[in-house]
Amino acid sequence: MATAAFGHEREHYLNKEYGIRSWLLTTDHKRIALLYLVSITFFFFIGGFLALLIRLELLTPAGDLVQADTYNKLFTMHGQIMVFFFLIPSIPAVLGNFLVPLMIGAKDLAFPRINLLSWYLYILGGILMLHVLLTGGVDTGWTFYTPFSTAFSNTKVIEAGVAIFINGFSSILTGLNFVVTIHRMRAPGMTFSRLPLFIWAHYATSIIQLLGTPVLAITLLLVVFERAFNLGIFDPNRGGDPLLFQHLFWFYSHPAVYIMILPAMAVESEVVACFARKRIFGYNFVAMSSIAIAVFGFLVWAHHMFVAGISLYSALIFSILSYLVAVPSAIKVFNWTATMYKGSVSFTTPMLYAFGFIGLFTMGGLTGLFLAALGLDVHVTDTYFVIAHFHYIMVGGAVMGYLGGLHFWWPKISGRMYPEAWGRLAALLVFIGFNLTFFPQFILGYLGMPRRYWQYPPEFQVLNVLSTAGSTILAVGYLLPMVYFLWSMRYGKIADANPWGAAGLEWMTSSPPPTFNFDETPEVTWEAYNYEHIPAAAEVPVER
Amino acid sequence: MFDNLPLWPARASTTAGSVDALYIFLVALSLFVSVAIFTMICIFALRYRRRKGREAEQIEGSTILELTWSAIPLAIFLFIFAWGAVVYFKERTPPRGATQIYVVAKQWMWKLQHEEGQREINELHVPVGRDVEMIMTSQDVIHSFYVPAFRIKQDVLPGRYTTLWFHATRSGTYHLFCAEYCGTQHSGMIGQVVVLEPAQYEAWLSGGLASGSLASNGQNIFQQLGCVTCHRSDTQGRGPNLVGLFGKRVQLEDGRTVIADENYVRESILNPSAKIVSGFKPIMPVFQGLVSEEQLNALIAYIKSLNQPPAGAAATPSLVSPSTKPQEPKE
Repeated sequence: MATAAFGHEREHYLNKEYGIRSWLLTTDHKRIALLYLVSITFFFFIGGFLALLIRLELLTPAGDLVQADTYNKLFTMHGQIMVFFFLIPSIPAVLGNFLVPLMIGAKDLAFPRINLLSWYLYILGGILMLHVLLTGGVDTGWTFYTPFSTAFSNTKVIEAGVAIFINGFSSILTGLNFVVTIHRMRAPGMTFSRLPLFIWAHYATSIIQLLGTPVLAITLLLVVFERAFNLGIFDPNRGGDPLLFQHLFWFYSHPAVYIMILPAMAVESEVVACFARKRIFGYNFVAMSSIAIAVFGFLVWAHHMFVAGISLYSALIFSILSYLVAVPSAIKVFNWTATMYKGSVSFTTPMLYAFGFIGLFTMGGLTGLFLAALGLDVHVTDTYFVIAHFHYIMVGGAVMGYLGGLHFWWPKISGRMYPEAWGRLAALLVFIGFNLTFFPQFILGYLGMPRRYWQYPPEFQVLNVLSTAGSTILAVGYLLPMVYFLWSMRYGKIADANPWGAAGLEWMTSSPPPTFNFDETPEVTWEAYNYEHIPAAAEVPVER
Repeated sequence: MFDNLPLWPARASTTAGSVDALYIFLVALSLFVSVAIFTMICIFALRYRRRKGREAEQIEGSTILELTWSAIPLAIFLFIFAWGAVVYFKERTPPRGATQIYVVAKQWMWKLQHEEGQREINELHVPVGRDVEMIMTSQDVIHSFYVPAFRIKQDVLPGRYTTLWFHATRSGTYHLFCAEYCGTQHSGMIGQVVVLEPAQYEAWLSGGLASGSLASNGQNIFQQLGCVTCHRSDTQGRGPNLVGLFGKRVQLEDGRTVIADENYVRESILNPSAKIVSGFKPIMPVFQGLVSEEQLNALIAYIKSLNQPPAGAAATPSLVSPSTKPQEPKE
């Protein structure tokens, strides 16, 4: 910890109390954010390790590194851990938790104890998931499709379902906390139209968490009931309907993609504004597009089911709705780009991640147009095309956003600067490694390689080798920040309150902030992103 | 093309061309859009990079620009939607008179039954230049019938039929994949589609050890199970007369009407009381668990054959039974 370097250091949230109790029983949103940071990083590296094993198995066409059953468990648990224990909590539970009260000028979230409870629920679900991983695993695919999951799989489906069920409540409570906090705890003068776009996007995210996650919880419970008590809900042999499961599952799991990507867009808006030193172009449109994505996101779930056996006419409806949800995403990309026009752009690490985000998210979004096109989806669905597409969104988009945000607010969180040169190198490695890993998979998918294949025909090998090679570069790119962030906590340059010269209330309090965030409650008399009144900072390099 | 680095899948059906056309259009569009955005980003970032003595110019935004860059993408999206829908509509609508092949999927095997009586496992022989409709069901979990060279895919579900059709255009051997994860040997549930020139196909058909057509097998089962005692071909039976039934509208006891398609016939055999035909009593025993999926397919083929005027002797139903309806899977 960045503490006790000087004899009479200013008191802040990190050095106010010491000892394990002061962390495990804390109700400080900033400390809970750090608890989440440590836990999700742990799960990220487990999920990443499983992914590396998958890529190593796919280096050769034959199934030769692990057994078929093991491979099936690898991709299942990679998906479940990455989606439920890393991506969904990533930005909201870490950066959101830390920043939502700071950005609106509040002392804490509305329900600090519920905030701590949500972390404990996450940990409880996480321990159960680890137990599943270590005692045999689960092999249903992260999607739990019935009747395979309820009547055929011989693995720990019930335990995994319960783990995700419990973890879901952590997500619901975080969403609830944010909604109430944003409505009730804003500082005087902080009207909705003055909110940073980070808050708007987190508000939209929270709505999805609140309304969507209970449906997943019910669905998983029904899977558990069918499997444990022989209730006939999804299994046709017991009078159930397997497509009902898919409808219920995707009713949550499509909006869940927006739980991952909206917060990344939230980070994007803050970073681009700061390093272009400009108010975001079209603030109202960017804010409203977040809400539009949340609303339309609930109406497109069956686009995962175009070949599943739904009627032709419902497929038409879900296809056209999927195109509608693409419009607000496009609006955001155009506005971020336009923000740089006549700006004052600097190429810091967070900005490099922001550039990477725009590029990868754009490619992910464009390939989404392929998948929403009914006649084309028939060919590419359930192939590596889909794998590539959603990794561009969820890794290229959400993880780039998360890493960019972590760099941007690291001085605020830790009170230290990370090493800028290493940061830029890592950002570059992530971008190159990511594209090398996932771009070949678009080609593989159009060639027809199905997803979840342990062995594959030899003509697909070269592209798979490229992909595996890329994944090793990506792994280095992800390990580097872990190392230099830890290093910087002790050796990094001390950060002042506003090292980037950024707008936003969080930069008006000291780094790291005091326990109750502000020495006195700020009164807001200005619009968001008032960069014309904020002096540029010495930290940010000036180009010649 | 390079053997170990193919960049384009084989194109061997009428559908493949229309899917590829849409794909090429989308690739071109994506290239254009991403290059445009990347170029703008590079120009803005370099042209307006941070320099001493130059401040950013604050610009609020522009409603006209926002509306423009919402409306133009929306128009393009709707165009793609319409194109995709047209291709999909064609993919999902089997032409009349297609040759019907029955598929039973199970962990981890494809079982195929031809109308002529041939049975195959993990290998499907079809002729060039003929419409072929697959009528598919699963014995256990969900599978998916996928032939990349035809650009077609359809999930295969337990407890009901889904269909898919294609019109092969080029002879050759193509991959058949299971595309819906189905357990341990999912990646081993593969096979091949052998597309033959018509003459070769006829030779293949006559070379097999088929013991009678699928419909005549169905007729045998129909007699063995005693169906024939109630479902008589006159009006005196205790069950409905099945002659000419298939593909027709049926009036039910509760006032609804249904089309007598494969799913209806299946349900009426396995769980007869689900839909009672108007004027009949619910006296038929349940056959759930007593007939296999393959026998069900034979029974359905037999009932379809009853739509034909008896060709020659009544005991040998005609071999080809044109489908009478543009069928699509129900919700």
